Amino acid sequence: MDFNRNYFEIFGLPVDYAVAEELLADRFLELQKQVHPDRFAAGTDQEKRLAMQWATLVNTANETLRAPLPRAIYMLELRGVALKHNPALPPSFLMDQIDLREQLEEIEEDEGDLEELDSFRKKMLLAINVVQAKFKEALDEDIDKAERLVYELQFLSKLMVSASRLEEKLLDY
Amino acid sequence: MALLQITEPGQAVDPHQRKRAAGLDLGTTNSLIASVREGVAETLPDEQGRHMLPSVVRYASGGIIVGDEALTEAVNDSMNTIVSVKRLMGRGIEDLATLGDQLPYRFSASEGGMPRIETISGSVTPVEVSAEILRTLVDRASATLDGDLDGVVITVPAYFDDAQRQATKDAAQLAGVNVLRLLNEPTAAAIAYGLDSGSEGVIAIYDLGGGTFDISLLRLRKGVFEVLATGGDSALGGDDFDRAIAGWIVEQSGYAKPLATEQLRGLLMASRAIKESLTDNAKVDIDFDRDGVQFKGALDRATFDELVAPLVDASIKACRRAVRDAGVELGDIHNVVLVGGSTRVPQVIDQVANYFGKTPLNNMDPDKVVAVGAAVQANILVGNKPDDEMLLLDVLPLSLGLETVGGLAEKVISRNTAIPTERAQEFTTYKDGQAAMLIHVLQGERELVADCRSLARFELTGIPPMVAGAAKIEVMFNVDADGLLSVSARETSTGTQASVEVKPSYGLTDEEITSMLQASFEHATEDANQRSLMEARVESGRVIEALGNALAEDGAALLMESDIQALQQAIEKLGSLSEGEDHLAISEGTELLGRASEEFASLRMDAAVRKALAGRNIEEVDKEI
Ligand SMILES: Nc1ncnc2c1ncn2[C@@H]1O[C@H](COP(=O)(O)OP(=O)(O)OP(=O)(O)O)[C@@H](O)[C@H]1O
Ligand SMILES: [Mg+2]
Repeated sequence: MDFNRNYFEIFGLPVDYAVAEELLADRFLELQKQVHPDRFAAGTDQEKRLAMQWATLVNTANETLRAPLPRAIYMLELRGVALKHNPALPPSFLMDQIDLREQLEEIEEDEGDLEELDSFRKKMLLAINVVQAKFKEALDEDIDKAERLVYELQFLSKLMVSASRLEEKLLDY
Repeated sequence: MALLQITEPGQAVDPHQRKRAAGLDLGTTNSLIASVREGVAETLPDEQGRHMLPSVVRYASGGIIVGDEALTEAVNDSMNTIVSVKRLMGRGIEDLATLGDQLPYRFSASEGGMPRIETISGSVTPVEVSAEILRTLVDRASATLDGDLDGVVITVPAYFDDAQRQATKDAAQLAGVNVLRLLNEPTAAAIAYGLDSGSEGVIAIYDLGGGTFDISLLRLRKGVFEVLATGGDSALGGDDFDRAIAGWIVEQSGYAKPLATEQLRGLLMASRAIKESLTDNAKVDIDFDRDGVQFKGALDRATFDELVAPLVDASIKACRRAVRDAGVELGDIHNVVLVGGSTRVPQVIDQVANYFGKTPLNNMDPDKVVAVGAAVQANILVGNKPDDEMLLLDVLPLSLGLETVGGLAEKVISRNTAIPTERAQEFTTYKDGQAAMLIHVLQGERELVADCRSLARFELTGIPPMVAGAAKIEVMFNVDADGLLSVSARETSTGTQASVEVKPSYGLTDEEITSMLQASFEHATEDANQRSLMEARVESGRVIEALGNALAEDGAALLMESDIQALQQAIEKLGSLSEGEDHLAISEGTELLGRASEEFASLRMDAAVRKALAGRNIEEVDKEI
């Protein structure tokens, strides 16, 4: 098995940050139909082992390409860029982040106004979309900038997770 | 229930080669076995025509009794009659207190931390008790199907954690059955339902049985059942309804002393009858007088509804979380399917309908649907339907993680990740020259280690001496298609494979299983050697058959003529070896043939992948290369 094949190639997709989601979902199912261990439940140990490795790879590849942040990190990885643990980021960006965190805390203190939370999330989604568009452009022109944008994406995604947690708490999930 | 009619594709398997397969629903209260016969999946009755086997095992002085005959003695001989053993599977002795039970048994601890139940014929583990239930059903199927089973699918609650799944597999090993797959109960129900209706879209399966509650959301698309999210409570079920009624009766009677084992068992059985009767009646008269607890009066449905409301609410809350996890809207859900005996309770039906905004379907027998779905899957997995396109993609029910500093749990694989899957996590040493590291594997959603399930503890040794922070230790989590976890570790900067010792927190140790197996051989006066020989022959037969088929299908397209001949000769050699009596030689030969065909197997897999993408057959793809 060729483990070095990249995730896009596994699904027969062009290496491009813009992924056709429907096509990815279809190819994912088609591939699992071929390689899933259930196909080899009556087979030999060797077939079972191979199937397990393949199905695992297909699942991992799908998860990586399906969501914007892991996909962006993976695009950098393909270009040989590994993310830093504590990257230096522009102070203005960090100030914005602190600001957004505070907004979220305020919503929580305001006895959790769900409408406010909703508009906060919409704002975040918009911001994420903007960063994604910039990332796609920067990828071929300015790799350092692309890397920085991924850090921004990480921050924004973390905020989205916090917003979801807050919503779960407010709605008593 | 509409019996499941499965249309055989053009290339059905020759009836002489058909394998015997069965689906087993190992329930808290009742267990069933089903099989596909002449294209129809149906549950198999015993000689008296009874389909459901009460999951009750009695250890009597004269021997072991399973099912209805054991149930009738559950009150009189409660210490030796084990009911609802599923609730103890994969649990540690210290968990018993938190199960919300006053369990009427005498417990002691075993080596692996698993509780042992003291009975008249010695102490038994929950795994052994479950194995008795499995054995009874498998014997029933072998008698009905006229021969030993080639493989079974056993269902488990979707919300079972790793320890509970492993315990179920151990029980099957003890019972001597070949497990093709552990299948989640709601997924099994979805197969039965989905195949029956043929409809595509998102369905919700609400499964409330005797001891467990599961909610699963699945998408059926292009013949693939994709589990989107799953949730539930592996300790919530009809048993809890019974307990609520029992508590009410005790309260009404004014009985203030703690209850003895027999009293409790009697009360619970009476309560269950009252509960089931309330399904069809608005009010039930009670005249209870047993062992000092006296109550004469009536329980009406409104009071009962109040008693169980917190339990039903808890299940609805789990539904909300699962819907959210699945990333679907309530309006996207096409159908809601009810599974499990406790979904007959009117209050349950009302609440489910109310939450989903839809009348739930219960046109399939909620008692049998899980076993039927498992039988369908077993029939496919055993190889009786080579052309069937149906596939199941399942998810991990509970997050897996590791203990980090300060007693915090760090997630490594989050819940609802598609399986099989793997994930690596990197660690480093915190002291100069540190040679060992303790690693604690956890399962659960909570942040504190104390609130998660402890799955295993590792001692990682043999780390080469380095300054603090220089060693890079990679811990690899692998989850297979049954949802079972295995863990390995290595030091990556030097490439040293650190040795790992896994000690399951609540499992049976390998030694315990081996000694139980040996004990059961002695019981059956079966020669262990004979058994090994049989197993070796089965495996070699499997390899010979699989490789033969593979060569016939793809040999010409993928291999040189000389390679084909070499493999064919090797097959013949193993064939004649298998006629001998030496099981070690057969196993070795099987292993060698496996290695010789490794390359071919790999080529086939690659070709299958290419074919899937191109939608063409192997020859065509190959010609392009
Ligand atoms: N008519 C009824 N009304 C109310 N409850 C019922 C009725 N019939 C059965 N039950 C309850 O259903 C439960 C058993 O359901 P089922 O057989 O589906 O459970 P199980 O498969 O053994 O358990 P699990 O799936 O949790 O392991 C018992 O609690 C029983 O009292
Ligand atoms: Mg059940």
